[in-house]
Amino acid sequence: MYNAFFSLIKRDLRLAFRHKSEILNPLFFFVIVVTLFPLGISPEKQTLAEIGPGIIWVAALLASMLSFDSLFRSDFDDGTLELMLLSEYPLSILVLAKIIVHWLITGFPIIIFSPLLGTVMFLSNDAIETLMITLLLGTPILSLIGAIGMALVVALKRGGMLLSLLVLPLYIPVLIFSSNAVGSSMAGLSISGQLYFLAAFLIFCITLAPIATSAALRVSLE
Amino acid sequence: MNAVDKTKIKAKSNPVMKFIYHFASPKHFYRISGKLIPWLGWLAAILIIVGSIDGLFFAPVDYQQGDSYRIIFVHVPAAWMSMFIYMVMATAGAIGLIWKIKLADVVASSSAPIGAAFTFLALVTGSIWGKPMWGAWWVWDARLTAELILLFLYLGYMALEAAIEDPRAAARACAILAIVGVINIPIIHYSVEWWNTLHQGATVTKFDKPSIHVSMLIPLLLMALGFKLYYATVVLVRARNKVLYAEQNNSWVKEIVNQNN
Repeated sequence: MYNAFFSLIKRDLRLAFRHKSEILNPLFFFVIVVTLFPLGISPEKQTLAEIGPGIIWVAALLASMLSFDSLFRSDFDDGTLELMLLSEYPLSILVLAKIIVHWLITGFPIIIFSPLLGTVMFLSNDAIETLMITLLLGTPILSLIGAIGMALVVALKRGGMLLSLLVLPLYIPVLIFSSNAVGSSMAGLSISGQLYFLAAFLIFCITLAPIATSAALRVSLE
Repeated sequence: MNAVDKTKIKAKSNPVMKFIYHFASPKHFYRISGKLIPWLGWLAAILIIVGSIDGLFFAPVDYQQGDSYRIIFVHVPAAWMSMFIYMVMATAGAIGLIWKIKLADVVASSSAPIGAAFTFLALVTGSIWGKPMWGAWWVWDARLTAELILLFLYLGYMALEAAIEDPRAAARACAILAIVGVINIPIIHYSVEWWNTLHQGATVTKFDKPSIHVSMLIPLLLMALGFKLYYATVVLVRARNKVLYAEQNNSWVKEIVNQNN
C-alpha cells in the first residue's frame, strides 16, 4: 500500500514538473490578484497593512480554487481514475496521495512567495511569520476540501463554476481564522487560539476528506 | 448479483428493515402521505395563525426593543428551520446512500428549496429587525454570516442537483455534499460563542433559566411547531410529485392517472 501511495505521489509530481504551467499558473494568479488590490483601493501603507492579510488569504483561496482542474481532470479523461477505482488499494489512500501532490504544486509555492507579498502589503515581520504559519496549516485544508468538490463535478462538462459554488462556502472558516490570526499578530495579540483551530480543522480534514472524496469519485464514475 | 441487491436481500430478512422497506416503497408512501397531508396542513395553518395572533397582539411589549421585537416570532422559527432542514437533508441523504432507499433521496432533494426559502426568510426578517435595532440593514456579524453561508450551501446543493442529469447519481452526489456541509451547522451554532459579536446570544435554549418570558415563549414555540408542520406538509407534497414522476411507468401510477381522468 505504501508502495502504491508513494509511486502515485512520484508519478503525479513527475507529471506536474513536465507541465510546468500547472505549478506556475496558480502562483502567477496569486501574485497578480494581490497586486490588483493596491491599484484598485489605495497604495497607502496603513490601508494596505489593514486589508493585506485578508487579501493575501482570499487570493490564496482563489488560486487553489482555480487549480483543481489538474487534480482529477486529466486522469478522468484518459481513464486512469477508473483504474484506480478498480485497483486493490483503498481509494482514499490513493486520493490522499493525489491531494498531497496538489498541495505540493499549488499550496507550497504560495507559502514560499507569501513573505514577499506580505512585505509589499506592509505587514510587520511578526505578521508575515503568522501568515506563513496560517498558510502552512490552511492551504492543505483548501486542497482537501476542494478535492471533495472536484470529485463531485469531475464528470460534468462545465464543472468549474459549479465547483466554486460548492467549495467556497466551505472555505470560509479557514479564511476567517487565518486572516484573523494575521490581523491579531499585527496588533500584538495572542494567536494560539486561531492556530489551534486551524490545526484541529486540518487533522479533521485529513481524516475525513479523502473518504468523502473517494465516495464522491465512485458516484461520479458510475 | 451486485452489492446493492445483496444488501437489499440481507436487509429484507430483518423484520424491522422489512417494515421500513415496505413503508418506503413508492406505492405505500404515496397512499399514506396522501392521508397525512390534509391533517398536517390544517394543523400547521391553525398553529401559525394562533401563534401569529398571540405573538402580534397578546405577547407583552419588550421593555427595550418595543414592538419591533415581534418579528422574532417569524425570524427565530425560520432560522431554526433553516438548520433543521439541512440536518434532515443530510440525514435523508445518508440513509439514501447507505440503505439505497429511494424515498430518502426524494425527501432530501424535496427539502432543499424549502430549506433555502426558510434561510432566506430568516435573513430578510433579521435584516428588517436589524434596521431599527442596530441602525443597519446588515452587519457582518458571525451569526448572520453563518446563516448567509448556509444559504450558499443550499444554493450549491441545488446547483449540483440541477447539473447532474441522472437523478440517481445526482441524489448520491448531493447526499455527499450535504453530509460534508453539515460540518457547517455546528459552526453556525457555536459561532455566537466563538466570535461573540453583535448578535444577541441565544435566549431560548438555556433550559435551566430561559431569559425569555413565558408569555413570549408560548407564541414562539407555537410558531416553531407550525413551521415544522408546514415543512412536513410541503415536503410530502413535493416528494409525492417526484415519486409519481419517477414511477410514471409503473402500473399503480397508471391506475391513479386513469382514475383521475
